[in-house]
Amino acid sequence: MIEQKVSGTVYGVVLNDHASLRKIGSEVLAGAPYKGAPKAPAMYIKPANTRVACGSAVELPAGASAVEVGASVGLLMGRAAGRLSRAEALDAVAGIVLAADLSLPHASYYRPAIREKCFDASLPIGSVKPLVDLAGLVIVTEIDGEVVDERSLADLVRDPVQLLVDVTEFMTLAEGDLLLVGVAYMAPQAIAGSQVRISAAGLGSLQFSITGARA
Amino acid sequence: MKRGRIAFQGAIHQVTQAADGRVRLADGRLLNETEVQWLPPVVPGAVFALGLNYADHARELAFKAPEVPLAFLKGPNAIVGHRAVTRRPADATYMHYECELAVVIGKTGRNVARAEAMDMVAGYTVANDYAIRDYLENYYRPNLRVKNRDGCTPLGPWLVDRDDIADPMALKLTTRVNGKTTQQGTTADMIFDIPTLIEYLSSFMTLNPGDIILTGTPEGLADVRAGDVIETEVEGVCCLISTIVDDAGYFANLQQKAGIA
Repeated sequence: MIEQKVSGTVYGVVLNDHASLRKIGSEVLAGAPYKGAPKAPAMYIKPANTRVACGSAVELPAGASAVEVGASVGLLMGRAAGRLSRAEALDAVAGIVLAADLSLPHASYYRPAIREKCFDASLPIGSVKPLVDLAGLVIVTEIDGEVVDERSLADLVRDPVQLLVDVTEFMTLAEGDLLLVGVAYMAPQAIAGSQVRISAAGLGSLQFSITGARA
Repeated sequence: MKRGRIAFQGAIHQVTQAADGRVRLADGRLLNETEVQWLPPVVPGAVFALGLNYADHARELAFKAPEVPLAFLKGPNAIVGHRAVTRRPADATYMHYECELAVVIGKTGRNVARAEAMDMVAGYTVANDYAIRDYLENYYRPNLRVKNRDGCTPLGPWLVDRDDIADPMALKLTTRVNGKTTQQGTTADMIFDIPTLIEYLSSFMTLNPGDIILTGTPEGLADVRAGDVIETEVEGVCCLISTIVDDAGYFANLQQKAGIA
């Protein structure tokens, strides 16, 4: 068996938990520019330049004073997967990683957030762990030792299985691709000097620090 | 020089275009372009695409021109080579092509100034950035279900060296559907030109060799249907051919196999 690692493309999704939908608000989703709650998974891509390992120091982009820390877990694909059924979806998953999807704070999801989401080192990821039961997994975010967020995957709109089904309906995931199961709307923010730790039972922890932008 | 990648007799080959237009393998074998399986001319790294980067097209879609580049990303699943098929799903009512000049990055760079931006460019190819407007939603629009479908972005056939194109900002773009011209424009009408796009993207992220920037499309969109043959051509670069198939055509092999079983 070849050892699995994140070697492909990282895909993520927003507004995939009920807490985030409540926070942005149904009236906002109904009005312009969204004109309705999302139907398909509301996805984005984190390209290769964003990936860094546990223990990294993440430099804020020029002009930024804070980043949102979108704690999530990623499903690492163990094989190419297209048009998955619910029954087979998890068979395509080789493992799971903790991930911190860092973004420049942005309240609007209307336009693609390349500048906000794709800056270098904006995706610290942990080591690959065997797939655990994700149904009630709780992801804890700590900044400088204080717990700032706890989110349970029980709150997901599309659970990992349904997310795999709905994503692979139109796009094939490749071996080594990573699918993040969702981040919180307006997630907690870290600033220069912050030490961040993401953890979940059975998945260990992911740690990194934030440093100021170079002049 | 024009370089390509093909699959031929069980191997992947880097090829060049011979003087007579044929495909030249490294060992000198010459093949007709219809005898080979075309791959995208580069293995794609990060693939950026630009929305509304031609003023006429922005008007066509009833948007005002953006103040900063409207860039979005694609995954490698979207990219297919010359003479491939792209699927039009049964429930689509409006699927259109987009002829685009594709810029291939050849160097690693961060914070690249406009004046140095062209040093980053390895060359150019042609993209057809299909969209199925039925699937548009206003979340990270244009959303992945519209723009990152399997095989929805043909690319190629040739990568043309940067220095072989005297002025990339003055190239005619043409799309023909079944031989009839439906889209015409010029790269001179781009809102954000190539150096500006490289400066912008590299201001917050490192660009790497193999990254590709699809620079947007002018006006002249039209619905395409199964069986249509679409040629997207950029003057001096190359002409990319793509064919639309319906679900039955796309999944035909699968159904035949199921029938045999």
